[in-house]
Amino acid sequence: MMMTTTSSFLWSCSLLPSQGPNRQTQWKRHEKVLSFSLSCSPKSTVKFYMNGALVSRQLSRKVAVSGVVRAGFELKPPPYPLDALEPHMSRETLDYHWGKHHKTYVENLNKQILGTDLDGLSLEEVVLLSYNRGNMLPVFNNAAQAWNHEFFWESIQPGGGGKPSGDLLRLIERDFGSFDDFVERFKAAASSNFGSGWTWLAYKANRLDVANAVNPLPKEEDKKLVIVKTPNAVNPLVWDYSPLLTIDTWEHAYYLDFENRRVEYINTFMEKLVSWETVSTRLESAMARAVQREQEGTDTEDEENPDDEEPEVYLDDASEEVD
Amino acid sequence: MAIRSVASRKTLAGLKETSSRLLGLRSIQTFTLPDLPYDYSALEPAISGEIMQIHHQKHHQAYVTNYNNALEQLDQAVNKGDASGVVKLQSAIKFNGGGHVNHSIFWKNLAPVKEGGGEPPKGALGYAIDTHFGSLEGLVKKMSAEGAALQGSGWVWLGLDKELKKLVVDTTANQDPLVTKGGSLVPLVGIDVWEHAYYLQYKNVRPEYLKNVWKVVNWKYASEVYKECK
Repeated sequence: MMMTTTSSFLWSCSLLPSQGPNRQTQWKRHEKVLSFSLSCSPKSTVKFYMNGALVSRQLSRKVAVSGVVRAGFELKPPPYPLDALEPHMSRETLDYHWGKHHKTYVENLNKQILGTDLDGLSLEEVVLLSYNRGNMLPVFNNAAQAWNHEFFWESIQPGGGGKPSGDLLRLIERDFGSFDDFVERFKAAASSNFGSGWTWLAYKANRLDVANAVNPLPKEEDKKLVIVKTPNAVNPLVWDYSPLLTIDTWEHAYYLDFENRRVEYINTFMEKLVSWETVSTRLESAMARAVQREQEGTDTEDEENPDDEEPEVYLDDASEEVD
Repeated sequence: MAIRSVASRKTLAGLKETSSRLLGLRSIQTFTLPDLPYDYSALEPAISGEIMQIHHQKHHQAYVTNYNNALEQLDQAVNKGDASGVVKLQSAIKFNGGGHVNHSIFWKNLAPVKEGGGEPPKGALGYAIDTHFGSLEGLVKKMSAEGAALQGSGWVWLGLDKELKKLVVDTTANQDPLVTKGGSLVPLVGIDVWEHAYYLQYKNVRPEYLKNVWKVVNWKYASEVYKECK
């Protein structure tokens, strides 16, 4: 039963497309010795959407018997030196934002999932599972922030800014009227996101605007670019959107360089930092994925309520059972 | 004292008031940034003067300005009977109005050491704290832990539940005032745990900020509020 779980997991893992130039190695887990696991409580099935497919996970309480190498997420450095974004984003900011905030999320995440059933899953899976349809489990904050920050560093580059081209520009113009209109709306969203959070450009395919509801009559025009504001650690993966670009609007992202002047930070981000190349690559993957799952018909399959079973996630302690 | 040109502001407000009346328009009550009762640097080393200045002159001022704008727009929407316009403004009002309310309390919650900042509460409040939390240290520990655990932006509060007649510790997100957690809650002490409240000095180490802020908490003010509301 452990074998089945693992092999089905590996199978779906191979379908995980890269979302950017450096993504292949990102979610690599350390090689793991298969362990025998003893269930001491009923198995439960958790279902969630990942990349358009309804994914089932069997989670059981694990009492590891023999040498399992624990997976741990790594703190990936940004794909440029820490001072490479000067003067638009200072070295000092990178030192704290990546070197402390992001690092702490990863470290605390690893501590939280060590020895639990979440150990060994990909980061995206941990995020989706722990989102728990809005009733977030304790590990969500660290997992989602770890994901968000890695995505953020890859969304910017030295010598960034400018304008996108190709399919990305075409879709921006289709869905926002013009590139300038898009920029205005994105900036307005980012400046009006009260409190801590993120603002995203995402590709939404075949989804309605409610959580995980599949569009019953999908059309090409329904596959579109959307600007989304999220609070705290939430990201659009939880609605099965494909994130393309993000700006971190937590104060720690800009305070050392801009103090309270968030608008100035957002302007600088758009004019000098954003990596349209990365966004384009992510869009290509997202569009390909949308086409693929349409062809597989996984979208329109069974949407009979995945809700008949309340997901139960067993963590390492009986007292943390969620009913 | 922080130098502010109070006179010109009052005069302008007065002119606006008069001209509105002459035109037969009902003018709404707008708000102004309250003065700090101490110098920006007076809370050092617990909170740096740099932070106090930006916190007061930029953040709080922005809440006041935006709150006034939102209220103006609300007034217009109400007068026009624009229901969806009214609803649309609610989040801006909650956020900016809350920011103004919370920060106005916050400045009074703090005091320089030589003016009693950090001195433990005596009298009725001190007794109530000991009763409900065992000791002041117990209360401080609880508030600091909850403040540190708060994800994102928000506040940690010591409040008085007027109805149940007991002290409570609670947190609110973003700029939600304590009253959003319960209509009978009166804020006694609020600690701002938004990153702007500590970042320039403590960076990502919020627990360090929480350890030090108690050295400048003005329990005298909290006691007064407590006595008044009991």
